[in-house]
Amino acid sequence: MRYAETGFNLEVDLTRGNIEKVASDPRDTELYLGGLGTNAKILWDRVPPEVDAFSPENLLIFGAGLLCGTPAVGCNRTIVSTISPQTKLLAFSMMGGFFAPELKYAGFDKVILRGKSSNLVYLWINNDTVEIRDASHLKGKGSLETAEAIKKELKQPKAQVAAIGMAGENRVLYASIEQGRSSASRGGIGAVMGDKGVKAIVVRGTKDINIAQPLEYMELCNEVMEYIQFRNENPIPGVMPILAGLGSPQEMKVHDEKWHTENFMWGNSRTRRRDFWNDEVAREWMETLDQSRTRLISCYNCPMTCGATISMPGLPTYMMKCFTKLTYTMGAFSNLDFGLRIAQKATEYGLDGFSAPQVMAFALELLENGILTDKDFPDMPTDNEGRFFYLLDKIVRREGIGDILANGTYWAAREIGNGAQDYAHNNIKKIEQLPLKLSMLNPIYFLMYCTGEKINITQIEGQFPQAPYPKKEHREKFCEDWIQVPDEKFKQYFLDWEPRGENSMPFYPTVDMCCDIVDWQEKMHYIDDALGQCSGLSAFPLKPPYHIHNYPKFISAGAGIDMDEDKLSKAAKRYRTLVRAINIRRGMRRKDEKPPEDHWKKRFPELEKELLDAYYKFKGWNNEGIPTKESLYDLGLDYVSKDFVERGILTDCEDSPDKDMPDEDVLAEKEKK
Amino acid sequence: MTGDKIKKTIKTIRIDVDKCNGCRACEMICSAFHATPKYSSNNPARSRIRIIREPLRDLYVPVYAGEYTVAECAGRDKYTIDGKEYDECSFCRASCPSRDEFKEPDSGLPLKCDMCEGEEEPLCVKWCMHDALILEEREEEVEELEEQEDLEIGLGSLADKYGLQTIMDALSRMSKKD
Ligand code: SF4
Ligand code: SF4
Ligand code: SF4
Repeated sequence: MRYAETGFNLEVDLTRGNIEKVASDPRDTELYLGGLGTNAKILWDRVPPEVDAFSPENLLIFGAGLLCGTPAVGCNRTIVSTISPQTKLLAFSMMGGFFAPELKYAGFDKVILRGKSSNLVYLWINNDTVEIRDASHLKGKGSLETAEAIKKELKQPKAQVAAIGMAGENRVLYASIEQGRSSASRGGIGAVMGDKGVKAIVVRGTKDINIAQPLEYMELCNEVMEYIQFRNENPIPGVMPILAGLGSPQEMKVHDEKWHTENFMWGNSRTRRRDFWNDEVAREWMETLDQSRTRLISCYNCPMTCGATISMPGLPTYMMKCFTKLTYTMGAFSNLDFGLRIAQKATEYGLDGFSAPQVMAFALELLENGILTDKDFPDMPTDNEGRFFYLLDKIVRREGIGDILANGTYWAAREIGNGAQDYAHNNIKKIEQLPLKLSMLNPIYFLMYCTGEKINITQIEGQFPQAPYPKKEHREKFCEDWIQVPDEKFKQYFLDWEPRGENSMPFYPTVDMCCDIVDWQEKMHYIDDALGQCSGLSAFPLKPPYHIHNYPKFISAGAGIDMDEDKLSKAAKRYRTLVRAINIRRGMRRKDEKPPEDHWKKRFPELEKELLDAYYKFKGWNNEGIPTKESLYDLGLDYVSKDFVERGILTDCEDSPDKDMPDEDVLAEKEKK
Repeated sequence: MTGDKIKKTIKTIRIDVDKCNGCRACEMICSAFHATPKYSSNNPARSRIRIIREPLRDLYVPVYAGEYTVAECAGRDKYTIDGKEYDECSFCRASCPSRDEFKEPDSGLPLKCDMCEGEEEPLCVKWCMHDALILEEREEEVEELEEQEDLEIGLGSLADKYGLQTIMDALSRMSKKD
């Protein structure tokens, strides 16, 4: 018997309309766990670098995490992986909500889509009965509208639906997949779904998920519950509210947005408004939120209520969580009322809430600076808010200038030319980042921005405090019940960290300490993504209920795989390296690993070089960021190393960096020919 | 039947739908607790509590599994509360032929909440951290009645579904196998 996982994947060939239930190899679970880990293995094996995002051979995988559907609190993530049309690298966005457990109860760990359907369809998984059904009547419908319509026509109110809106159908490169209160947004995976002709995946499951050691497992779950209760009653003192508690950043609960609105950038991520927040704004925004927020809501089996249902007067109800609350508001220099209104449309259209507002702000900046002209925006309203609604529609319909903007700031700037590239300034690896611009280089964040392959800072940070505490006694206090550290040395790093003086940034934490800290933070996110655990209860907050010491027990008792901390760390390193290998094979190199030029004012090129050199080495990568043969061998990834040698990425005799790798401009030239 | 008065503890679960966030932890833990062996599997479709959850209409109703009924009601209720319209039968506890609530997914046997017999506290209450479910207990004097055994109810429902003769045939076949 398989425990925690079902042991079956659903393979769907959309070109031929073929559906198959395929048993997975339990050895892969031991090596790569599940979720992202096994997704990465499949993508490495089956999607060579010649296959681009919109090729029928690209796969779109919906992987439920290994422990999803078990009683583990907050374990409900679906990891959606594919080749991104925006970055051309691996995209692996996650969504919470209710989809992953339902898929497991239907008897599947993954849905693997390949090929392309010639007409718009949706996939209906009802336990073992799986059908591809016509969706032509849903064309152009919103993501939530679609979900409601399908549940009605199937008479299945309990089915879970992951759907795209018009943005995905029209292959907007930052289209999301929406699923009720959650979405998988980054990297344009909604565009891949649209390209495959799939409007929605609908699932209903009524089967069992088995637990290897039931009593031990429940004990662990109860401990987590109790700890959550404890942490809810005892927020961490001395940090800002969103870092004090558990869960995804509790944006739906807080009224006080002084910190975000005065520290994050407005418009096209350029303008800081230090004195923005005042009583008047506070009162107005509180009213907006109080009037529109019907209820705080959770994902499956989680008490944290990070999401909310929002009903803006005169608009259909939708659901929201996290920072999308502010991205449109700030992109447009507007207010919360506008932000929540436009987010309603954007959610139905299915768009990434980080990228979309920045793309629109970027377009208006180009207009202001004469790089685009009024002719590019026919019939655009003159009022600020109206312009954003106008642009949103143009983009999701790919009409006029919208067709170019739909490719994101990086590709749009190249196409527009004429200096537009300077305005696409807030990208890493071609994808828009959080609008943050700071003063002094933070060495830990430097490494995370450079090397994070989820290419989103919130998906790699966490665990270690973001800044030093001014007083030694507060630091000591913090360390007292810091049970989550993998090693006692982390406490010392923190105890000695001062805001000023010798032990302050950028030279403290030292290069070696930074490597340790970043590696720990990243590892926890990777483990979450394989198990399907929400990082809001794990990798993201300070002192979370799940950590490196109890995770191995969860895996042993839940999945029946003999696990300890070392083995788990090694498994995480294995599929983390595989993710890198996929990207390396697609041409990613050291030159791509850098934060936005203007992210910090005070930069330290020598230190930065030293940091990256040391971190690459620490990770077992050569100076170009390519995993070495030795480290690949150590992880049992010989097949990767063989492939690298065959492709000339590594040489047979040594791990020398491949100087001859053509860079992407040359490749792009070739493509044109 | 004697008609004697006896003391009985009445357990009430107070349900505050305004506090429900729709997480379905209650369904999850109920199904895990009732697995054999205990906690060896979980499957909300086997739960004795169901969350009627429709976020877009802001409907959240935790409903407990009550008695099994042979036939569906002739008349059904449809409530509107605070301007929100609830679907037919939203508040009904019955395991009834008109719907697939409160039935084992494979056998179709009826499910009924047993207040987590043997546990200190109903587990759905324990796992509901938002106090949408609260247990209250009180003593009451009641007429002693013979309670119909679970087994009998289960068999009865099978007989309704397949006919008594089919069930007896199946039982005799099964007993021969052993
Ligand atoms: S912590 Fe928040 S986002 Fe995470 S599973 Fe719970 S409700 Fe969902
Ligand atoms: S556990 Fe509580 S909050 Fe969650 S669905 Fe059940 S009743 Fe609602
Ligand atoms: S009281 Fe126990 S049996 Fe009844 S619904 Fe709650 S968990 Fe299930």
